[in-house]
Amino acid sequence: MSTPTESVLLASHRKRSLRVRDGAFRAAVTGSVVVGLAVLVALIIQSLVKGWPKLGLDLITNFPSSFYEKAGIQSAIFGTLWLVAIVFVTAIPIGVGAAVYMEMFADTNVWYNRVIDVIIQNLAAVPSIVYGILGLAFLARGFIDLGPVLLTGGLTLSFLVLPVVIIASREALRSVPSSILDGALALGATRWQGVSRQVLPAAIPGIATASILAVSRAIGEAAPLLLLGALQFITFNPTGLNSSFTALPIQIFNWISRPQEGFHVAAAAAIIVLLGITLLLNATAIWLRRRFQQTW
Amino acid sequence: MATATKVMSASRPLEGLEAGRGRLREKLIVTSLFLCAALSILVTLGIVVALVEPSIEFFATISPWEFFTGTEWSPLFKNGEFGVLPLVAGTMVVTVIASFVCLPLGLFAAIYLSEYATQRTRGFVKPILEILAGVPTVVYGFFALTFVTPLLRENWLFETPPQVFNALSGGLVMGIMILPTVASIAEDAMFAVPQSLRAGAAALGATRYEVSTRVVVPAALSGIIAAFVLGISRAVGETMIVLIAVGGTPNLTWNPAKAMQTMTAFIGAAGLGDQSTGSIGYKTIFAVGMTLFLMTLVMNIISIRLVRKYREVYD
Amino acid sequence: MDTVSVGSEVTSDSEFRGGAVTESEPSDHAPETVPDAGVSPEAHSDARARGDGSTLAGIAKARRPIRDEARAETVFELSDVSVSYSGSCAVQGVNLRIRRNEVTALIGPSGCGKTTVLRCLNRTNDLIQGAKVEGNVLYHGIDLYGPKVEPVEVRRRIGMVFQKPNPFPKSIYDNIAFGPRVGGFKGDLDELVERSLRRAALWDEVKRDLKASAMALSGGQQQRLCIARCIAVEPDVILMDEPCSALDPVSTLRIEELMDELVSEYTIVIVTHNMQQAARVSDRTAFFTVAEGQDDKDHRIGILVEYDYTTTVFTKPGDPRTEDYVTGRFG
Repeated sequence: MSTPTESVLLASHRKRSLRVRDGAFRAAVTGSVVVGLAVLVALIIQSLVKGWPKLGLDLITNFPSSFYEKAGIQSAIFGTLWLVAIVFVTAIPIGVGAAVYMEMFADTNVWYNRVIDVIIQNLAAVPSIVYGILGLAFLARGFIDLGPVLLTGGLTLSFLVLPVVIIASREALRSVPSSILDGALALGATRWQGVSRQVLPAAIPGIATASILAVSRAIGEAAPLLLLGALQFITFNPTGLNSSFTALPIQIFNWISRPQEGFHVAAAAAIIVLLGITLLLNATAIWLRRRFQQTW
Repeated sequence: MATATKVMSASRPLEGLEAGRGRLREKLIVTSLFLCAALSILVTLGIVVALVEPSIEFFATISPWEFFTGTEWSPLFKNGEFGVLPLVAGTMVVTVIASFVCLPLGLFAAIYLSEYATQRTRGFVKPILEILAGVPTVVYGFFALTFVTPLLRENWLFETPPQVFNALSGGLVMGIMILPTVASIAEDAMFAVPQSLRAGAAALGATRYEVSTRVVVPAALSGIIAAFVLGISRAVGETMIVLIAVGGTPNLTWNPAKAMQTMTAFIGAAGLGDQSTGSIGYKTIFAVGMTLFLMTLVMNIISIRLVRKYREVYD
Repeated sequence: MDTVSVGSEVTSDSEFRGGAVTESEPSDHAPETVPDAGVSPEAHSDARARGDGSTLAGIAKARRPIRDEARAETVFELSDVSVSYSGSCAVQGVNLRIRRNEVTALIGPSGCGKTTVLRCLNRTNDLIQGAKVEGNVLYHGIDLYGPKVEPVEVRRRIGMVFQKPNPFPKSIYDNIAFGPRVGGFKGDLDELVERSLRRAALWDEVKRDLKASAMALSGGQQQRLCIARCIAVEPDVILMDEPCSALDPVSTLRIEELMDELVSEYTIVIVTHNMQQAARVSDRTAFFTVAEGQDDKDHRIGILVEYDYTTTVFTKPGDPRTEDYVTGRFG
């Protein structure tokens, strides 16, 4: 082969069609991300623009009404807060407990532990409305027959986020090197002492991030609650676990379903509030993860 | 092995060597942790029982044949029709549209993150995708109804513009909603491909395009397929977007510009309608729910298996 | 000279160079500090001069005198111990007697079971799924693997320092205090922490801020912290698994000096790849290797070849395999 000349090494030497192809591909892959970003921005701007007229203290202090000028989301916000509390108190402890067991104590050679593992992965992918069906069949009606009250809604949402909490918490526990537990055991700690005093504390940032994201998800879910028969015209704040309730996504859905444009504006305003809360939670979770990321 | 029955020596090291203190407490703690994990079995059983029992009752009244092959769906009316095909068709149309958006875009986004993006860009784009995935579905539904549909209606190029409720807007927006999920799983799969493979290809003079498409994607294929399957599963199971933007009229058609009703939309609407317990309308919810659950279950199992497969290969 | 090899019982120990056993002080039995010329040809032949100018044999000879045999109490007695992981045998037929207040080194090439044997001594093998220990491990005469024996209690008395320092991501104080706390210590924790840090020669460096994170310490300091942590539970035995392999030479030397100080209170068993280290710090050395005919990497079975006073192992090894290893011909 003859000695290559300098021109061979230049980018322009490469066949034009190939360069076009490479460039087009790069544009395509970058473009896909840009599309996603663009939609997100469009979404936020559209809601802002549409809902702007209705944004104000009134929105938060008023209750739903048949008149869109007077409609507000106070009951929805309180309902959402209650639901968050229930989810936080039930799904997080149980989810983290399950994760601790599966990651730190379970003997993987035993069949039932493997079964549980597979089950949880599948549960995480079940459509949210099926959880609504679960709640409808067992909590709202059926055996326990609580009716469409806060406890029903909260527990249903807990079932929904439980698998996700478990999976994410397991990841967090897994990221703690095994040498930490080994060190604790070598000092004469029992397994539980080692896990609870060294491994779990080290995994807290990851678990906290997962919990916040789970709660954020629960806040935005409407489908399961719809199915429970959550009434949408609630003009009072919830009074207890046994109280009828509404939640932000439900209220938004209700207003969207109305034909009057005024209600659409109200819906957009409520969406801004909901988006604001969701974005805040997501940002907190991401910040938490970055800030407390332990390099081992 | 000799069995030690008693501490023999008086020397300090042997005191309490056999003490069983705290063993019971530890066992109790571990058992309660186990119960937390076993709760998942309870939930699964609950779902299965919740779906199966009323469905059995349902199919006692309505023949499965009529259900699965009938083309008219009006179960909540007196003298209703119980053919589920319109719902299935609706689900499929929306899912296909969503797939056309989320599968290629999701894959491309994953390739971008994995092969093209710098560390800094990745640190910026990944959270954006997470946020995109975290937007509540009601918001997406609203966006589809009040932004995308009017946009389509005004700029429609063919004969009749889409109806106010149509599958196209819902499908498109749903695709964007699912994009982060597909991208995330596909990117995980690509990340697991060893750097040495890329280096080898590059050393042979391959461009980034060639490395991505001829080396990385084939190597990560099972993970990518898992991402696709999971994305489709999510599309099938999504409720709010279709409830808001696609409509509540069952319609056996392939035309995405028309209104139709998906399985999930029906369940949502029926649930809203507050059916009395035990009525045929009530049981319909479960029959359709079970159909939906089985469809997504099959897809989920396939997807999880595939993920396990690619994780094993490179672990 | 008796050397212990596969299968035979640990009965008598090596003879003393320089005469019969008496009750007199160790200085009577001080090995001759013989100039290199007087060293036996075999030990000297392939012993290359190491960096510090002395041979391994010379280092070993310079150690403190051989103790009086009759006074050395047995801490561990291993009889025909074999360990397998998920059915595949890792080490076989080990007979070993570890004595109180001595440093015993386990040396040998990689994969011959040294760490496995070490882990038998504090039942850390229990934590590995599929691990099976056969044979007898007696600790002060008690079967360590007896059905009633609590592994947690075992590990409280037999501590372990790992190859890579593994401090907890907490403060220096909390690292040291962890062991006593889980053990139900009710006394003055501050005093115990200080005492442990002093004994581990770390006190002066960290006393100013005990609340600082342990992760901020250097590698050598972290390892000394792990030793201090280990000492805080007041164990009987300290096991060390290649404690210096991740450290720089200066830190290594400090830890070796530490071992010298600690051995008066504790029994130390150390696994090391570094022959000079074994020669420097240990009283007795056990040499392991891979059984013959086991060249297949997946199926290496380790065996104990020779176990004797360090000076003997390094100057007049009884087994040719030992000699090959310590003179650097292989391994």
